[in-house]
Amino acid sequence: MPDPISWQPADFLAEVQDRAGTPVSACFQCHKCTTGCPMGPEMDFLPSQVMRLVHLGAEAEALGSRAIWLCASCEACTARCPMEIDIAAVMDALRILAIERKTAMGDTRGKHFNRSFLGSVRRHGRVFEAGMMAAYKLRTLDLLADVGKVPGMLAKGKLSLLPHRSGSAKQVREIFRRAEKEDRQP
Amino acid sequence: MKYAFFPGCSLESTAWDFDRSTRAVCQALGIELAEIPDWVCCGSTPAHAVSPALAVALPVVNLQKARELSLPVMTACASCYARLRTANFKVRSDAGECRRAERITGRPYAGETEVHHVLDVLVNHYGLNQVRAKVARPLAGLRVASYYGCLLTRPPEVVAFDNPEHPTAMDELLAAAGAEPVDWPYKTECCGASQSMTHAKAVGRLGHKLLSMARQAGAECLAVACPLCQMNLDLRQADAAACGPIPSTPVLYVTQLLGLALGIAPDDLGIGALTVGAGELLAAKGGV
Repeated sequence: MPDPISWQPADFLAEVQDRAGTPVSACFQCHKCTTGCPMGPEMDFLPSQVMRLVHLGAEAEALGSRAIWLCASCEACTARCPMEIDIAAVMDALRILAIERKTAMGDTRGKHFNRSFLGSVRRHGRVFEAGMMAAYKLRTLDLLADVGKVPGMLAKGKLSLLPHRSGSAKQVREIFRRAEKEDRQP
Repeated sequence: MKYAFFPGCSLESTAWDFDRSTRAVCQALGIELAEIPDWVCCGSTPAHAVSPALAVALPVVNLQKARELSLPVMTACASCYARLRTANFKVRSDAGECRRAERITGRPYAGETEVHHVLDVLVNHYGLNQVRAKVARPLAGLRVASYYGCLLTRPPEVVAFDNPEHPTAMDELLAAAGAEPVDWPYKTECCGASQSMTHAKAVGRLGHKLLSMARQAGAECLAVACPLCQMNLDLRQADAAACGPIPSTPVLYVTQLLGLALGIAPDDLGIGALTVGAGELLAAKGGV
């Protein structure tokens, strides 16, 4: 943790506020977000502490935290914040910044999952679960997780070995390409 | 009543039983569904964690397609519902978001298409009195915990068809079907489904917390309205039980339970696709 007394330049705070489109600086540390966070017990920094790290300009700690990847995007914090800070959007902004700035990340599974999921959508226009799971396992080398559930899912018709392709898959590829271009613009 | 139906990726794979039971219930009630042609993935949680532009553009493509049908959208997946509603909220309230989505999709869109969840359609559009009138086999004596999860009621300014902290739509619908909804405190606590592949242990802890509280409140089964909650609490129930003993608890889609009450055959509702079977419980309640 940085020394809270030595004030940091506000560049990081401004950047996060701009990306998330929400006033992080309004947080007065009431901890309501933390109290209702389902993933709190597993986090290194609690949601209210992540807000404080942003105030303090503690970029490496915020972007390198496990907390931003543990967030389940359930939006309990966003719905309850008395200052109407969209805390879930702050978590998204921090995840995006961590990848852009190539920060040493405390947890890389979220990044691999998101890539595997969106890669599947980009290719087929819809998620192909079996392909997405295989891609995730190859990226993380977590090969055995959930393998025991596969036979039951196959037997119940809940896992297809072939993708369900959207008729608009080509349009989706173009959308991914254009969205990447838009994201690169300041 | 007619809607443009957005099934979403889960409903054509891991949640085909939600798809089947939603269509069967709507057909039995005379609610017409026209599937949006060539719909695409809404982007779900990964899109908004990676690209703000993509997270709005993917839902907008579907809303543009639905606009061509001149129908409001109905979806059953809580995650799709939240993403479609969020995209509408953003293009309606932020001109920059609107222009960006139009540039990416290559077509105009200003939030013209309304989006509803099946629960909203059944309770608020169709109406509980009309549902009650169609119940042929009441779910008498079945004690159910209605589980709403996170995205059906949050954030309130975006989804807004029920109380964000104490929703009742599902409880009222199940009561109309003759069941006994139990009062319990974790209705809107997140089950962690978006982290089920990445942080399975934490998700097991959350599943245990939810299922054991539902049991303590006297429920014999859970009703859900989200394919991710269902898969998490049903397929992964063994992971939850690894955190402490809980009796096997069937987790059914609210449309499956309502369908049974409407007299629809279990096979036409995909009841057999549950991992934790509900056959024994339902037989004990007089074969509802």
